Amino acid sequence: MTSGYLLRRLGMLFLLIFVAVTINFMIPRLMPGDPVESALNQLVATGGGSVGDVQEIAEAYRERLGLNQPIWRQYLNYWGNIFTLELGTSLQFFPAEVSRIIWSALPWTLGLVGVTTILSFGFGIIMGALMAWPGSPRFLKSIVPGFLVVAAIPYFMIGLVLIFLFVLTYRIFPSGGGFTFGGNLGYNWETVWSILRHATLPALSIMLASIGTWALSMRGLLISTLGEDYITLAEARGLRPRRIFLWYGVRNSMLPQLTALAILLGHAISGAVLVEVIFSYPGLGFKLFEAIHGKDYFVVQGIVLFLAVSIAVAMFLMDLLYPLIDPRIRYQSR
Amino acid sequence: MILVQRARMISFQHAKVTGLLKLGRNMAHGLRTNKTLAIGLFMILMIGLVALVGPLLVDPDDARIGAYPARLKPSAEHWMGTQQQGRDLLTVTMLAIPNSLKVGLIAGSVGLGIGIVFGLSAGYFGGRLDTIIKLASDTLIILPGIAILVLVAVSIRTMTVEMMALVVASFAWMYPTRTIRAQTLTLRERGYVQVAKMNGMTGIGIVVREIMPNLLPYIAAGFVGAVSGAMLATVGLEALGLGPQNQFTLGMEIYWARFYGAILRGMWWWWMPPVIIIGLVFVALLITSMGMDQIVNSRLRRST
Repeated sequence: MTSGYLLRRLGMLFLLIFVAVTINFMIPRLMPGDPVESALNQLVATGGGSVGDVQEIAEAYRERLGLNQPIWRQYLNYWGNIFTLELGTSLQFFPAEVSRIIWSALPWTLGLVGVTTILSFGFGIIMGALMAWPGSPRFLKSIVPGFLVVAAIPYFMIGLVLIFLFVLTYRIFPSGGGFTFGGNLGYNWETVWSILRHATLPALSIMLASIGTWALSMRGLLISTLGEDYITLAEARGLRPRRIFLWYGVRNSMLPQLTALAILLGHAISGAVLVEVIFSYPGLGFKLFEAIHGKDYFVVQGIVLFLAVSIAVAMFLMDLLYPLIDPRIRYQSR
Repeated sequence: MILVQRARMISFQHAKVTGLLKLGRNMAHGLRTNKTLAIGLFMILMIGLVALVGPLLVDPDDARIGAYPARLKPSAEHWMGTQQQGRDLLTVTMLAIPNSLKVGLIAGSVGLGIGIVFGLSAGYFGGRLDTIIKLASDTLIILPGIAILVLVAVSIRTMTVEMMALVVASFAWMYPTRTIRAQTLTLRERGYVQVAKMNGMTGIGIVVREIMPNLLPYIAAGFVGAVSGAMLATVGLEALGLGPQNQFTLGMEIYWARFYGAILRGMWWWWMPPVIIIGLVFVALLITSMGMDQIVNSRLRRST
């Protein structure tokens, strides 16, 4: 790996983090009014007693944010807080740390997005390959338009339809949440079963929406790969068609698909956030939704920053991996 | 001298008129051969027609709180039923469709406009301007748009349809910028641009009169993409409850239906129509952009 490539990618990563943090710092300060004040007022108006001593909390925030200091000083403080992972405290659930809230919600989102991405990637590639395979049955080719239509619709709207079908009409799956309410979470089969049952519909809605995209691009790539000269050569050498298809065609078409993974990652996370909301799935997306509703400003800010930075880091890691996986990608490109 | 000039102008205008006629004939021919594009445009036209005519056929008073008994199933009197607060849902839907399309159109146009200006200037003039624009679009394209938009939308006290469109537009310009910049880079080297340069045309003149007309298919395709992306972001924000609270939009209708538990209570007539309409809009945009892709790609094939 050339050091120039590494440096450029690293520079991009730092730039991304810098932009994300700066946007996060700027936007609340560009808006008229004091977010702390308005958020707290709203809380008092709606919630009342559970908030605690409003004046005290507001004072604490004013102090911590240093809102009376010059703007560059506030900006530096903000960076300092981020390096020490201090993202503030929740207004809604007062002494709870924002970083702790993110930490507790993260496994749910990571599990959901991770598993669905791998599954839909795998299924999509198999389906795309079958669609391009001359010997596969005709009905497979005719489901392409169906998947295209589903892929055009936002993830969470598919979730709504799934709830209607499998929760209301057939009553197979629970309507939402991450596990059976009131049940105690432990390392036993009951817990695993409960978590799986609750995750099925959210996962299904993400997968239904994304398999089509993977399958179609795989089909396109495979068709153009099958037109390459080395396929003709392999045929001329008398290799078995199945071997040509799998080892010469599919294997070479899969690599560009991996590149697309990075581009779709941000899309997948945005989609998953909304799916979590629809299913009240206890991940980051649902926490974000709760925070928006409770005017819990620092939680919103913290989750947004976390999402942006983690996508930037994931992109960086994938950029480092590609040249190792696919030697055809040149370090100098881009 | 004046006569010659006038004759020239007339012939120029004549050429313009025949040019337009030719363009119209080409388009008709194109639509006949490009079925995909024709179907997509037809769907969009139909949806647009409903958006234009629909609000005229309903009485906005029917969409008021308590206009009718609450939670009525669809019937001859209320074709789409009523919701939790007694609003007539047919009326609500008819008022919501134009608002939702408006957000998409405004955001898409603003995003595309920024994309054209940035893409053309970055691609044609190059240099430091290009570096800055490319870096900005490359960075912002990676950041999760919906997350940043949430931050902006949370900070705005009262959201309106127009405000929503501008917020979403701030994240709709990167893709158009990228494609237009890339195309401008190749067009810049063409012979006719060189000729125009030698004739003493200014940079802006060349960009506007020589390069931009040749980018029209890309601009059209970019517009469809920008509108579709903007509507996706809008629907997402609205599902989170960040849309206009006091105006009817399709996304907010889904949000309110969820807010009042309509889905689990089996009030399918509340949430299903907006889901179906939004779905149709996205499918129409997808089919249109596929049709446009065919045109753009055939141009690419011919030019290489």
